[in-house]
Amino acid sequence: MPKEYRTIEEVAGPLMLVKGVENISYDELGEIELASGETRRCKVLEIDGGNALVQLFESSTGINLASSKVRFLGRSMELGVSDDMLGRVFDGLGNPIDNGPDIIPEKRLDINGLPMNPAARNYPQEFIQTGVSAIDGLNTLVRGQKLPIFSASGLPHAQLAAQIARQAKVRGTSEPFAVVFAAMGITFEESNFFIESFKETGAIDRTVMFVNLANDPAIERISTPRMALTAAEYLAFDKGMHVLVILTDITNYADALREVSAARKEVPGRRGYPGYMYTDLATMYERAGRQTGKNGSITMIPILTMPEDDKTHPIPDLTGYITEGQIILSRELYRKNVMPPIDVLPSLSRLKDKGIGEGKTRADHANTMNQLFAAYARGKDAKELMVVLGEAALTDMDKLYAKFADEFEKVYVSQGYNTDRSIEETLEIGWKLLSILPRSELKRIKDEYLDKYYIEDDK
Amino acid sequence: MVIEGNANKVSKGIIKKVAGPLVIAEGMRDANMFDVVRVSDQRLIGEIIEMHGDRASIQVYEETSGLGPGEPVESTGVPMSVELGPGLIGSIFDGIQRPLDDIMKVSGNNLKRGVEVPSLKRDLKWDFKPKKAVGDTVVEGDVLGTVAETDIVTQKIMVPYGINGKIKSINSGSFTVEDVIAVVETETGDKEITLMQKWPVRRGRPYKEKLSPDMPLVTGQRVIDTMFPIAKGGVAAVPGPFGSGKTVVQHQLAKWAEADIVVYIGCGERGNEMTDVLNEFPELIDPKTGKSLMERTVLIANTSDMPVAAREASIYTGITIAEYFRDMGYSVALMADSTSRWAEALREMSGRLEEMPGEEGYPAYLGSRLAQFYERAGRVITLGSENTEGALSVIGAVSPPGGDISEPVSQATLRIVKVFWGLDSGLAYKRHFPAINWLTSYSLYTDTMADWFNSTVDESWMELRHNIMRMLQDEAELEEIVKLVGMDALSAGDRLKLEAARSIREDFLHQDAFHEIDTYTPLHKQFLMMKLVMAYYNSSLEALEKGADIEKIVSLKSRERIGRFKYTETAKVDEEYKNILTDLASDIENAIPKEEY
Repeated sequence: MPKEYRTIEEVAGPLMLVKGVENISYDELGEIELASGETRRCKVLEIDGGNALVQLFESSTGINLASSKVRFLGRSMELGVSDDMLGRVFDGLGNPIDNGPDIIPEKRLDINGLPMNPAARNYPQEFIQTGVSAIDGLNTLVRGQKLPIFSASGLPHAQLAAQIARQAKVRGTSEPFAVVFAAMGITFEESNFFIESFKETGAIDRTVMFVNLANDPAIERISTPRMALTAAEYLAFDKGMHVLVILTDITNYADALREVSAARKEVPGRRGYPGYMYTDLATMYERAGRQTGKNGSITMIPILTMPEDDKTHPIPDLTGYITEGQIILSRELYRKNVMPPIDVLPSLSRLKDKGIGEGKTRADHANTMNQLFAAYARGKDAKELMVVLGEAALTDMDKLYAKFADEFEKVYVSQGYNTDRSIEETLEIGWKLLSILPRSELKRIKDEYLDKYYIEDDK
Repeated sequence: MVIEGNANKVSKGIIKKVAGPLVIAEGMRDANMFDVVRVSDQRLIGEIIEMHGDRASIQVYEETSGLGPGEPVESTGVPMSVELGPGLIGSIFDGIQRPLDDIMKVSGNNLKRGVEVPSLKRDLKWDFKPKKAVGDTVVEGDVLGTVAETDIVTQKIMVPYGINGKIKSINSGSFTVEDVIAVVETETGDKEITLMQKWPVRRGRPYKEKLSPDMPLVTGQRVIDTMFPIAKGGVAAVPGPFGSGKTVVQHQLAKWAEADIVVYIGCGERGNEMTDVLNEFPELIDPKTGKSLMERTVLIANTSDMPVAAREASIYTGITIAEYFRDMGYSVALMADSTSRWAEALREMSGRLEEMPGEEGYPAYLGSRLAQFYERAGRVITLGSENTEGALSVIGAVSPPGGDISEPVSQATLRIVKVFWGLDSGLAYKRHFPAINWLTSYSLYTDTMADWFNSTVDESWMELRHNIMRMLQDEAELEEIVKLVGMDALSAGDRLKLEAARSIREDFLHQDAFHEIDTYTPLHKQFLMMKLVMAYYNSSLEALEKGADIEKIVSLKSRERIGRFKYTETAKVDEEYKNILTDLASDIENAIPKEEY
């Protein structure tokens, strides 16, 4: 039985100071027992001689300095994992909340994980077909990638994420897959949307959910994604499954982090977020990937809402520096009823080059992709000019480009949330659109592909 | 080793406080500042960064969870050092020079704590060929002999710093890095010399004299070599928002820069990027030597999920290794991606030490630390009696939050570096790569390198470069006008200028890093490419004066060939160049209206 302390000196926000402790260590997990017998969890943030600064994982309501007891458990925060987790729903701290039985753990894993040795990583290069043209064709997702969705309040990121989770497949394989879903501070409705969507497709049996809703303690959110990633690592690297991890919403997570940092009176970085937020986010995002000698993989789609639609806000900014690209949703496109409203120009998949081409998608993929980007960018420029100067001021070529840009948004991007396009269909649509332009404009495409795919007519 | 002779007093203390990577230990009165210490029974590696009485503040290079007060701390009495000797090339080390492949053998796919592995492999034997004989007088920095480390890198075994005297014995044959290969008789007694030496990372390796750079580091990247060259021994910064291609620029330089040795530091960046380098470099062939690029590369990896304190050290580990090769007389290029992460590590430690913060929470000494790091670059006369010349060029990536370079790290960097390659997200969205903005970037080496370019490539090089630069400048101004009044308002001459500038951007500056030929362009080809674009402009201008229609000039057939010239194999460029010129001349001729008599 570990020693119990009745020496809680102060409680302030998510922090608690315990005096006179002995033999405890940094990052150790603790348990607070309230007078009512209820227990809550906490961990050691700082230990200075006999004083331990402790961070609560749950709300501090009802903690009484005199009658509450603290025990330290001699280990860090752990999650018991087993195969049976599939199909289950847990709270942000890993307790089942679906009225099912407790999990009998095969083993217990530290939720912080261990950094992956870069020499042991396997470079992600297997094409994942999501069925979404703007992703497959232009910002290709590969197995083991971390590709966030940068969204904003009121945009349909949930629909897009659910669509990806529903449709994503690596063609020509039937390896076991799983979805791990972590909800941090989202509403019941949003969370329910995901659950319903998983149920609809039957994917719910292969899904592990960790749910921290908007009315759950904010502080719990700090451990929620780590719980989810620990489960994902177990399924991927112990059980050889291909795991898709969806984390939503990172913005709420970062705010919880800021809350703890502010309570500790740390010197803040930009906008009050702690200076170590980059490192903190990286220790989560970098848990995606593939390892040599292991079959499984972790592909990660974190979702974040950009405050004020601002991409330079610290949360999207730091995320963008760590993840391998980003899918950006645009309010402008959403108003135009483009579904999904993916803004392809600032979106990017850094790993696409290794995942496309002959044997993976098709030989002309890289060329057409670059050409579509360039043409759409020029078309948007032309349309901007048109707004200022009127259509008459455009050259004939620019008018064609403007038409291309409109068609591109309407046909290529706006496919709806229920259309599942194969990569061939996506490429065909791309060629149809490019054929709006004269062949001599398509400088980024090799002649052999132009000969094969360019549609020459009614010019 | 001479440099550590003053210390070696081991002092033992106990942990008092643990807060993240910062540990405070008591009973450390005898330890020195910046000594390496072993923390707790797990023997985690740390470094003393502050002393108050007998309390030492220690930054621990490994994860500290599970440490608590009362555990032992032991100072080793030596500063943080790296091992220098055969076995460096082709290795991948963590921030404190532990080989990641050996760690993998011990701890599997994940990094566990307290793994002790030697930096250089102890069991490998190297063939040492002496160049000096018994009785020779040697001074520090003299080359005793050589070890052929890879097919292209010959490591020179030098007399360590502080040793001067007469060779008492020297052996040839096969040795491990710890075997004694020579004994030197000095005034203070006999000194044994091994293939390996040690050097403290926070101290620059000494040299005789520093020189001003006099020739460019050719990179095969057109926008860099032509527009904003970096000198051998120079320093450059690449700031840019995420997604603008910083890492690709760094990778391209690591691949193609004309250096004998490349040291690549992945500092707080993505794990997969290091894997990419590890996978790709062995398969790439160095155009100069015909051997794999990995045979001249040293990698240092502290990815963003690895302990943050080691990130701070990784930069110093890398540059010390680079200096060691510089001392052999090599041209060394060091890439650090990204220095912002290093600065953040500094900020995190500073915060935990409760120091008074400067701007944006960064410590007040950020600027001076950055300056100290970059000043370790340069062209130098090395120690030793032969006056060998070596050069160390440093290219640092900066990741400014939101791409806004008014932040402290970018600003402190810009005060030091001579070359600035400003990456532009606007260009990146248009998929114009490398997204180096030609209007905001600069190189202070342009003029000092002019003679070299004019005499090595062609005497009209600089003139061409200036013309191209002017054209791009004019384009920016004309674009403003077009935005206000439309294309129609421009004169034919101005429209031609816009077209030529577009050709410069698309056919010359745009370079595809993933195309097998376009990824590297030799200087001669760069020169021909510039000439082609200018030939189009000049002959079109003439044609316009003779009454040609601008629409015809804009849509000349030969322009497409100019555009595809970048994909021409190096061996065929001269021929293709001539053909295009002939084509162009006849196209222009056809565009000029025939005068009717």
